[in-house]
Amino acid sequence: MKQNDGRRWHDMGGQAAGPVPKEDHDFALWEKRIDALMVLCSAKGHFTVDGLRRALEDMGEDAFETMSYYERWVASLNQNLVEAGVYTPTELGERMEEIATRGETYGEAAHG
Amino acid sequence: MAERVRVKHMMPPGHVRAPAYLRGKTGFVERKLGAFGNPEQLAYGLPAEKIPLVRVRFSMAEVWGSDTEYPNDTLDAEIFAHWLEYPETHDAP
Amino acid sequence: MMPHDHHDHLSPSGHPYRKDNDEPLTYWQCMEIAMRELLIEKGVTTATEIASQIDTMDARSPANGAAVVARAWVDPAFKARLLENASRASREMGFDIGTLRLIALENTEDIHNVVVCTLCSCYPRNLLGLPPDWYKTRAYRSRVVKEPRKVLAEFGLELPAETTVRVHDSTADMRYIVIPVRPDGTENMTEEELAELVSRDSMIGTGIAKLPS
Repeated sequence: MKQNDGRRWHDMGGQAAGPVPKEDHDFALWEKRIDALMVLCSAKGHFTVDGLRRALEDMGEDAFETMSYYERWVASLNQNLVEAGVYTPTELGERMEEIATRGETYGEAAHG
Repeated sequence: MAERVRVKHMMPPGHVRAPAYLRGKTGFVERKLGAFGNPEQLAYGLPAEKIPLVRVRFSMAEVWGSDTEYPNDTLDAEIFAHWLEYPETHDAP
Repeated sequence: MMPHDHHDHLSPSGHPYRKDNDEPLTYWQCMEIAMRELLIEKGVTTATEIASQIDTMDARSPANGAAVVARAWVDPAFKARLLENASRASREMGFDIGTLRLIALENTEDIHNVVVCTLCSCYPRNLLGLPPDWYKTRAYRSRVVKEPRKVLAEFGLELPAETTVRVHDSTADMRYIVIPVRPDGTENMTEEELAELVSRDSMIGTGIAKLPS
């Protein structure tokens, strides 16, 4: 097992890696909404971009490998909003339960 | 003569913005950028001290060793002053 | 646009649309909806403010940076101001870049600049829009600081040994835009025509300006 030298997973500079994949995509509405919420809530002082990065780093390497970019950011955004006291995990959880009953797709559940 | 600086070698856990590959490496001040909130406090929702931020330029040879393919290529990074130390001038090349 | 017709098309930028409104709802999408509704109900933001922020980001694109580069190519005084303070020079051209602190890096016959963020994926988004996916990958973030020439070669850019490569890691509050070298044979082109030669990748440093056709 590799000796832990204190380097954290997100600190990637100089690590070995494969070829750079060139695929690109346009952003879906839900991703743009997450991006907008990050900008607006930090501009209003509920957290800083450093707070978003900190929560993202603390999610660990597994999150980087298994979640998409905006999935990681919505998780980090949620962590920061809970820490800032904007809402509680229960408030979020109850709303998510209700939303899941609205329909099977994002469009139906989001009412557009 | 350009001011020489070395990035501290320490490896604390938590949110810091000095990349690991530059720790312990010596470069020179490319430009001074003014003072910015300390990300190590901002990241935890704390009031942040303003700390001078410096763009430091390193040679590839310094960062990756003398067997690097193009030793004179360079790396620039922004490093907060509390991560910098000032090596003795007598070991200048 | 009809609600469902985007499945058969590429987007205006030529990329496939991400799976969108008609796919099964995921846990994280459900969280986004719940979070947004709670933020609106609690008065933190409004639906209008969110829509407006999305429009603002959609209006930011590499074309903005290309216009800045083309101006620098034709106007030496502007280029001097851009190199002195790229945020101010961008605002001078009318671009709403918010709080972006931008540094312009000039490529020359002897120097090639390339930009990365090894710690996350910092990018001059308030000028160029959101970054390409490859900019955020482990491969790009890990390798370009150690073997920039090999990475650039993967982008089709082979640099001569005499060229000095300068890699810029966006580790804190600054963001970077590369001013590519103006191609030969463009002396009679207008500023607008020149801007067409400036690709997104040429402003990150993984490409160079296109040759005039």
